Amino acid sequence: MGIKKTYEEINERIKKGEAVVVTAEEIIPMVEEQGIKEVAKKVDVVTTGTFGPMCSSGVFLNFGHSDPPIKMAKIWLNDVPAYGGIAAVDAYLGATELSERNGETYGGAHVIEELVRGKKVYLRAYGKRTDCYPNKEVEGYIDLESINEAILFNPRNAYQNYAAATNSTDRTLYTYMGVLLPRFGNVTYSTSGQLSPLLNDPEYRTIGIGTAIFLGGARGYVAWHGTQHKSKVERNELGVPIGAAGTLSLIGNLKEMSPEFLRAAVFYKYGVSLFVGVGIPIPILDEEMVRFTSVRDRDIYTVVLDYGVPSRSRPVIAKVNYEELKSGEIVINGRRIPTAPLSSIYKAREIAQKLKEWIQQGQFLLTPPVETLPRDKTVNPLTFREEG
Amino acid sequence: MKRVRYILEFPPETSGKPLTYHLVKDYDLKVNILRGVITAGKEGRLLIELEAEEENIDKGIRFLEEQGVTLKPLSQQIFVDLDRCVHCGACTAVCFSGALSLDRETWKLSFDPEKCVACELCVSACPLQLINVAFNSRV
Repeated sequence: MGIKKTYEEINERIKKGEAVVVTAEEIIPMVEEQGIKEVAKKVDVVTTGTFGPMCSSGVFLNFGHSDPPIKMAKIWLNDVPAYGGIAAVDAYLGATELSERNGETYGGAHVIEELVRGKKVYLRAYGKRTDCYPNKEVEGYIDLESINEAILFNPRNAYQNYAAATNSTDRTLYTYMGVLLPRFGNVTYSTSGQLSPLLNDPEYRTIGIGTAIFLGGARGYVAWHGTQHKSKVERNELGVPIGAAGTLSLIGNLKEMSPEFLRAAVFYKYGVSLFVGVGIPIPILDEEMVRFTSVRDRDIYTVVLDYGVPSRSRPVIAKVNYEELKSGEIVINGRRIPTAPLSSIYKAREIAQKLKEWIQQGQFLLTPPVETLPRDKTVNPLTFREEG
Repeated sequence: MKRVRYILEFPPETSGKPLTYHLVKDYDLKVNILRGVITAGKEGRLLIELEAEEENIDKGIRFLEEQGVTLKPLSQQIFVDLDRCVHCGACTAVCFSGALSLDRETWKLSFDPEKCVACELCVSACPLQLINVAFNSRV
């Protein structure tokens, strides 16, 4: 009989301060030395982490009502437009939205970071006068404390694997995958590999809707599968997808978050993005979960795509694993090409470690998913229909 | 032997003189020119590495200063704000000289100014805008 544990049993142990928690890196040598069965007996929870630029991020804000009240239609925060097409004083500020004054270097992500830092942000809003909302414009400083809600809601985060990038052309490319030097001058990649949340639960057994997570330094939740969630993909014998696959939609209270784990990013000649710190605890329910969470960089493969080809279907230049990518160089067609990450492994470790401490100290209980993520989802390209 | 990197700034009136020749011939300096720009108006900037006995380097520097050339040690012209760095590694993608590198154990970024060639590619590659190199127009 294999080992079986329930969420309730694990949570009881967490409450008593008895839970054995290790990070997704620490479990690897444990399994190599003691074997899957022993580790399944001993370990209750494995923590993961990732800290990468995640463009599909943003925050819902509720500013509170002015007197006389206004139905805000056009809204700016530090000259960055926020979406006001919802109720009177609700708005959504997207991370990649650019400032109308200095859009090259400042955007929604910077406003989010400043709010989290406790700084004041200048709100300007216009609306149409109505009988119930007689005011037409308001402006002034707000901060995170003064407003009612600030809910970080990211439609697509924590990509389960992602293609690496290179550039075959004669000119430097400035992309969301960083600066790609000409003639295969470098390769960039963006996951934390063996520490990455969805790579440690490749078939979404425990990560689903309602899973409690570490988000930006606070407790957050998986709200839904992320946009472009692609679960029906090529996988290796361990179930690990090769190239981009599942994604998560995440939610959490910005008021509780920390600037250590939410940082604005500028990708030169591309735009603004947000570094988001995400950590997900994975319960060791049975031996299969040990097998999943002990995945190593060398077991995780991705493709290297040529960003020099301006197409939705970029050509695959090579297939490599993360041990190779993390070594600092890979060989393509006999040539040694330097590699560099865009996702901070240093911070990913810090997140997995912090989440581990929260659980060890009994501050963070696990939640079973209310519903699991779709298992056979594909992604559609943009398709225009015939008129009429 | 000592090895140092300097950014040299030439006012227009010095641009006709064979200064490098004198450094080699008169002061026995090994001069390695790593980068140069001449702006409109013939003002110039040169990144050089000097290798020689310390005494000779000092003499060479004095000679250049007498010629109206301003010298700044390269290490004082590059600013990497490691305190605010998140160690993502994006800058290392473009740093072909190896001055910016990630430790493969700790995954922390480190910067070695003695390897820097002031190419400035890292300035635009850093997503947090934490790197500044005073070589081109930014001086």
